[in-house]
Amino acid sequence: MKHGSAIIGLGVATFLVLLAAGFTYDAAFASHMWVLFFVLLISVVVLLRRTTFEPAPVINRSAYMDEPIRYGVIATMFWAVVGLLVGVVVALQLAYPELNIEPWFNFGRMRPLHTSGVIFAFCGNALLATSFYVVQRTSRARLFGGDLVWFVFWGYQLFIVMAATGYLLGITEAREYAEPEWYVDLWLTIVWVAYLVVFLGTILKREEPHIYVANWFYLSFIVTVAMLHVVNNLSMPVSLLGTKSYSAFSGVQDALTQWWYGHNAVGFFLTAGFLGMMYYFVPKQANRPVYSYRLSIIHFWALIFLYIWAGPHHLHFTALPDWAQTLGMVFSIMLWMPSWGGMINGLMTLSGAWDKLRTDPIIRMMVAAIAFYGMSTFEGPMMSIKTVNSLSHYTDWTIGHVHSGALGWNGLIAFAALYYMVPKLWNRERLYSMRMVSWHFWCATLGIVIYAAVMWVAGIQQGLMWREHDEQGFLVYSFVESVAALHPYYLIRALGGGLYLTGALIMAWNVAMTILGYQRDEEPIGGAIPAMQPAE
Amino acid sequence: MDYHIMRTFADSWGLLAMLLFFIGASIFAFRPGSKVLSDEAARIPLKDD
Amino acid sequence: MSLLDKHAIIERNATLLLVGSLLVVTIGGIVEIAPLFYLQNTIEKAEGIRPYSPLELAGRNIYVREGCYVCHSQMIRPFRDEVERYGHYSLAAESMYDHPFQWGSKRTGPDLARVGDRYSNEWHAQHLIEPRAVVPESIMPSYAFLKTTPLDVGNMASHLKANAAVAVPYTQEMIDNAGADVRAQADPNADTSGLEARYPKAKVGDFDGDPQQLTEMDALIAYLQMLGTLVDFKTYVETGADR
Repeated sequence: MKHGSAIIGLGVATFLVLLAAGFTYDAAFASHMWVLFFVLLISVVVLLRRTTFEPAPVINRSAYMDEPIRYGVIATMFWAVVGLLVGVVVALQLAYPELNIEPWFNFGRMRPLHTSGVIFAFCGNALLATSFYVVQRTSRARLFGGDLVWFVFWGYQLFIVMAATGYLLGITEAREYAEPEWYVDLWLTIVWVAYLVVFLGTILKREEPHIYVANWFYLSFIVTVAMLHVVNNLSMPVSLLGTKSYSAFSGVQDALTQWWYGHNAVGFFLTAGFLGMMYYFVPKQANRPVYSYRLSIIHFWALIFLYIWAGPHHLHFTALPDWAQTLGMVFSIMLWMPSWGGMINGLMTLSGAWDKLRTDPIIRMMVAAIAFYGMSTFEGPMMSIKTVNSLSHYTDWTIGHVHSGALGWNGLIAFAALYYMVPKLWNRERLYSMRMVSWHFWCATLGIVIYAAVMWVAGIQQGLMWREHDEQGFLVYSFVESVAALHPYYLIRALGGGLYLTGALIMAWNVAMTILGYQRDEEPIGGAIPAMQPAE
Repeated sequence: MDYHIMRTFADSWGLLAMLLFFIGASIFAFRPGSKVLSDEAARIPLKDD
Repeated sequence: MSLLDKHAIIERNATLLLVGSLLVVTIGGIVEIAPLFYLQNTIEKAEGIRPYSPLELAGRNIYVREGCYVCHSQMIRPFRDEVERYGHYSLAAESMYDHPFQWGSKRTGPDLARVGDRYSNEWHAQHLIEPRAVVPESIMPSYAFLKTTPLDVGNMASHLKANAAVAVPYTQEMIDNAGADVRAQADPNADTSGLEARYPKAKVGDFDGDPQQLTEMDALIAYLQMLGTLVDFKTYVETGADR
């Protein structure tokens, strides 16, 4: 029977969840278990409808396992739109507080939905899909683990659904980017170990003597995130049938552990993993090997070595001991070197193929992504310098900085990788429309530039207003005056985010049409090569 | 081992040792002789689909 | 074995690569984080720091649940403008019983580390119900539902026990009285002598303007009103030993 064990396992789980919902004293836990119950019930029904009793078709063990990647691509696209949409909504909530709908859709519950939506749902699915794609092709081996791959994919989606619904129900640990409560954390740990088994297993059975450098980055991302996730989420549940848990650490120690996690979520989830993407898809799209393979090795070791130290720069001038702050600052500044080494390596891969910038919008998107990587990894170390940080911390400058990284680097490189993979995965000759890729590129780039510029100005103004003294030595502005002053900036920021979302919607349409097998009738970008004019 | 010993070590000798290790690793990767292997590895993605 | 061969080993052995990268990332974390766990004993001593009373703890859990930390910090930095605006800079000791810490990272709204005693209970209740009624330029969401939601006090003792399990010094007496204390603190007619002995400086009385009912708003305001009030800075002497 097809899906037999999955149906039985899910059925038992569904029943247990129903029991949990029934026996708990905690209203939030009951609601969350009802959500889980219906999700599991639907999956059982879907599997039952798809089951057959015919003998299973023979699987070609030598072919790549691409079906989960196709699902991953669609999930990435879906969560990108959702995460960005929630982002635009929360941006507007800051401009128009009437848009808060209490209790479930208040800003405090919506912001984690946005951050987790883009980081874990969008970027996480992009990492799953691309890592499975890259590791098979650079190892020339089918994914290890068989149905375990499906468990990783669907298990991760379940984690996203549980985290997201939990936030709206007020179920949170209040640790930035690690908000899910203890039972959702445990589930993610299981899924993540399975992910590691699949990935490492595939590398171990590879037919290629070398482990290509992209896989180094992916592997370190998986391993380090596992370590960060487990340590940072150590906590004491109040009850096994309740949502609430208390962090194992307190105060200073908790703050440092959290920002050690938080900073390295950026360093390993959003940087190392995405560099793996860069080191595979940029050479593929440009059809030339990476500029310097040796530089990429330095890039790898330097990056993973330096990043892990940089967390305390999130805690400058707090009650964290000074020496730890200074250490965090020194390593953050040193990080600038490997980051730019990586940027140069990515950009120079295109040397000799710069003409493709004109004709290939996917290459253009990759170049812009790498440029934004360079910009935000320059801005980051600068903001970690204590004097700069004293102004920038707590302000919207930080928000601008993370968005130039997230929208510019993560968003664009993931979109470019998707554009590259979709025709290959669905055996299409080309994308539905290259011109729409170009439109996407310009919407996104303009959106990021507006967003980052306006938040930069807003942040500096905010920081300066807070510290402004008059001649008598009194503070010039009350806090709420600084809030009121930001209103126009918040509006323009929403516009920038809206443009970026528009680009993603164009992409969703383009990808959907490609999958359905259509090709838009359009003139190629750059036009035909101009005919030589005879000299006069 | 108390807090003061550990913190003093962490931001002095510990830090210096890490830095030296890092510089050493950089020199190691760029030593002559690794070029052939690297070029070989760099071509992996372009081999097939 | 030449250097060249050693290089090839790492490049070709997945397990070694895994162990190597894990080693590199753990060293940094350990060297930097480990010393801080020895800090516990030498954290600057500040008179007056005590665990949260059950009602304050319940209020703090609502603060956490609603994600207040995404807009409000609880960490005053030692700068002239911050000290003038918010009060004495925050001490490490002041968050030593905070599981989790709520220092925050963004000030869309003002810092709350010392918001206690700054406004009346009525002001807080009004502000939570309709922020723009008291601060017209405010962009804070409304939290009117807190006033109509009864506080869930069913298992206050197990909350204290869970905190005790992560080294918050709740005594058996505190745990035994948790259920009674959480009600007494917001009840204007209750005998609060036991509560005040267990939790010095605890604010007592009705918080949300409705003495009949113990609501989530009672708990949240009780928490807000004690923030930053435990240490008496008139008598506090800075040692600066463990910065």
